[in-house]
Amino acid sequence: MKENNIDLAFIRGILREYEGDDHALIEILQRAQEHYGYLPEEAIYEVSRIKGIPPAKILGVATFYTQFRLRPVGKYLIMLCKGTACHVNGADGIEKAVSEELNIKDGETTEDGLFSLKTVACLGCCSLSPVMMINDETYGSLTPEKAKEILRGYKARGGDAE
Amino acid sequence: MMKIVIGEGSCGIAAGAEKVYKALDAVRDGFELGITGCIGMCFLEPIADVYNEKGLLLKRLVRLTPEDAPRVAAAVKSGDLDSVKDLEIKDEDAEILSKQTRIALRHCGLIDPEDIDSYTADDGYKAIEKVLKEYTPEQVIEVIKTSGLAGRGGAGFPTWFKWDAARKSPGEEKYLICNADEGDPGAFMDRAVIESDPHSLIEGMLIGAYAIGASRAFVYVRAEYPLAILRLKKAIRDAEEKHYLGKNILGSDFSLELRIKAGAGAFVCGEETALIESLEGSRGMPRLKPPFPAQKGYINKPSNINNVETFANVAWIINHGGEAFAAMGTETSKGTKVFALTGKIRRGGLVEIPMGLTLRDVIFGIGGGIRDGKKFKAVQMGGPSGGCIPESLLDTVIDYKALSATGAIMGSGGMVVMDENTCMVNMAKFFLDFTTKESCGKCVPCRIGTKRMYEILDRITKGEGKPDDIEKLETLCTGVKDGALCGLGQTAPNPVLTTLKYFRDEYEAHIGEKRCPAGECAELRRYRIDKDACRGCTLCARKYPVGAIAGSVKQPHEIDPEKCIRCGACYDVCRFGAVVRE
Repeated sequence: MKENNIDLAFIRGILREYEGDDHALIEILQRAQEHYGYLPEEAIYEVSRIKGIPPAKILGVATFYTQFRLRPVGKYLIMLCKGTACHVNGADGIEKAVSEELNIKDGETTEDGLFSLKTVACLGCCSLSPVMMINDETYGSLTPEKAKEILRGYKARGGDAE
Repeated sequence: MMKIVIGEGSCGIAAGAEKVYKALDAVRDGFELGITGCIGMCFLEPIADVYNEKGLLLKRLVRLTPEDAPRVAAAVKSGDLDSVKDLEIKDEDAEILSKQTRIALRHCGLIDPEDIDSYTADDGYKAIEKVLKEYTPEQVIEVIKTSGLAGRGGAGFPTWFKWDAARKSPGEEKYLICNADEGDPGAFMDRAVIESDPHSLIEGMLIGAYAIGASRAFVYVRAEYPLAILRLKKAIRDAEEKHYLGKNILGSDFSLELRIKAGAGAFVCGEETALIESLEGSRGMPRLKPPFPAQKGYINKPSNINNVETFANVAWIINHGGEAFAAMGTETSKGTKVFALTGKIRRGGLVEIPMGLTLRDVIFGIGGGIRDGKKFKAVQMGGPSGGCIPESLLDTVIDYKALSATGAIMGSGGMVVMDENTCMVNMAKFFLDFTTKESCGKCVPCRIGTKRMYEILDRITKGEGKPDDIEKLETLCTGVKDGALCGLGQTAPNPVLTTLKYFRDEYEAHIGEKRCPAGECAELRRYRIDKDACRGCTLCARKYPVGAIAGSVKQPHEIDPEKCIRCGACYDVCRFGAVVRE
C-alpha cells in the first residue's frame, strides 16, 4: 500500500488501544476521522490488516453512517440543518443562499478548500430554526441575507481564523 | 452573595449565552456567576436567572446581549433590580412554566449540570440509595408497573414489561442500553435532559440495571450532540468518584460500568435492534424479531433498551411512589410527556405536561398559537413515523391511544406547528425524502417503496401529477406498511396517509388544477404585476433572467406567463409590492 502523506503511526496507536475489542470498529473510525479529517484509504487498509476485518466491511460501515467521509473537507464545514422545523421555517431558501454565495452544492467543497457544505437531518436547535453550524459554532434564526453575511465574515477571515 | 446563572444548553449557546457569560464575567464584582441547562423557553434565550444568597430566584432576565452585561452587573451589585426591568421576562411568557408539570425536566434549567453536588442537593441519588437498601429488583419492577410508565421514545411500550422480560431471561451477563440517538427531526428533549441534568439519566439507568440484573450499560448518543456527550462524560466521571457508579455501589453488592458510545449518524439506529448492530460496530440494519433484545440483544446477551426521557422519570417515581406518577394522565397513558414545540409557533421550546391535556392546550395555551398573525393549519407529531393533525382535531387529548387514532403518533415528542403557508403535499414529500435517505436498504418494501412514493410526491409538487397518483400512493402506502421489516418502513407512509386523509383537497389542487393552495411549491406559483402599484422602475425587467417582463420606464410592466419560469426573482426584487404571487 502506498502511504502517501498519511501518518499511519496514529491509527496503529489507536488500534493497540482497542486490541481484543471486536465491537469497536465505529469508535476506531471516529477517532481516525477526528485525527485525519476524513478516512484515508491507507488508514482503512491498516485497520483491515491489523483487525482482520475485510476492507469491504469497513467501507460498508463507513458509507452507511453519514458522519464518515472518504475525502477531506474544507477548513469550514457548514452543516445546514434541513430538519422539520427548519424546513417549515425556510431551510430551502438558506441552502439556496449558501450555494449561491459559495458556488457549491450539498456535499461539495469550494475550490480554495475553504468551505464544504453538508445538509443534515436535525441539529436539535429547532426553536432557533432555520439553523446552520460552521465547525463548532451554531447560527440560528437565519435569513438568506444573514446566512450570506455570516459566510462573508468567514471568507474575510480566510485561512487564518480558528 | 447574589448569583447570576446563565442557561447554557445548546440552544442557549447558539443564541449567544456564552458571549453573555463572558461579558458578565469581565465585569464580575460582588456577585457569583454560574451556569445551568435548558429551562425550555428557547424563544427567550439567552436567559439569566438572578438568585439571592438563600438561593431564591429573584428575577429572570431574557434575550440578553453582551452589551447588557454592565447594566445587569451593576443592578445585581447594587440590589436595584428594577433598573433592568426592561429585560425581565414578561408575565405572559413566565406563565408557560406555571402551566407545566415537570418530572423528566424537573432539574433542567435549575441545577448546574456540570456539578454533581448541585444534583445531590436536590434529592439526587436518593432513589438509588433507597432501592439498594430497601428494594429487591422485583419490587423495583413492581413500582414501575404501578406507575404505568411507558417508553417515551415513541412506541409507548410498558417499561416494567421490558424490564421484567430482561430480568427473567436466562443468563448471567445482561446489558442495559440507553437510546439517546434522538433522530426525529424536530425533537430535542433527550439532548436537553442530558445537557441539563445528566445525573438523572445515570440514576435512572442505575435503577434499571439493578432491576434487570445488568452490570454493564451503554448510552448510545448521537454524534451531533457534542455538548451532551461532554457533560455526560463529566457526570459519569463524577459519579464514579462518589461511588454512585463502578464496583460495589454505595457499599452494596451491586456494580455498574457505564460507557458512552457515540452514534455515527443513521436515523434507523433509533430502532432497537439496529442500535444493537451499531453498538457492535456494524452497519445499523435491523434484525428480525423475535428473538427480542430481552432474549438476545447486545452480543446475543439479554439486553434492555429504554429512551432518555423514560430513564429521567425513574428516580422521581422511586422517590414519590408509582401511585403519584399514575395519578397523572389518562386511563391508558400515565404521567407526563415532554414535547418540543417548534415551527410557526409563537413561543417555541420544551414543555412537559401531564397526559390528558389537549393539543389545543399545548399549542395555543402554552405555545401562544401561531406567529405573525397567521392561521393554524396542522401540527406534525412523531416525525417521519408520525402524521399531520388538522385543526378539526385540535381537541384530541394527548394520550397514546387517542393520538394513534388520528393516524399520527405520540412519538418522541416533536410537535412541529404549521401555518397556512405550509404545503401539505410538500410536507409529505419532505418526510419521504428523509425516509428514502435513511432507509437502511435491507428490505425491499422500504428501500424501493419509499423511493417510488417520493417520486410520485415530487412530480405532484412540480405540477406533473397524474390523475391516478393518489390511488397509486395509497396502494404503495399499504404495501410498505405491511411489508417492511422494521418500524422505520412500517411507519414511513404515515406522513402521506395523514395528509391524504386530512388535506386531500391540496393533493387534488396540485394534480387537477396545477395549483399549490399554500403557495409554497415554486413550480406552481403564478406571478403577475399589479398595474396600479407598479412604478415602472424597471428593476424586475433588468433582473429577470429570461426576458419575460416587458414595459418601459415609468410605465406599468407586465409578465408574459408563457415565458415566465416562476423563479420568483421579480417578486424578491420589487420594492413596491407590485408583484403578486398566487
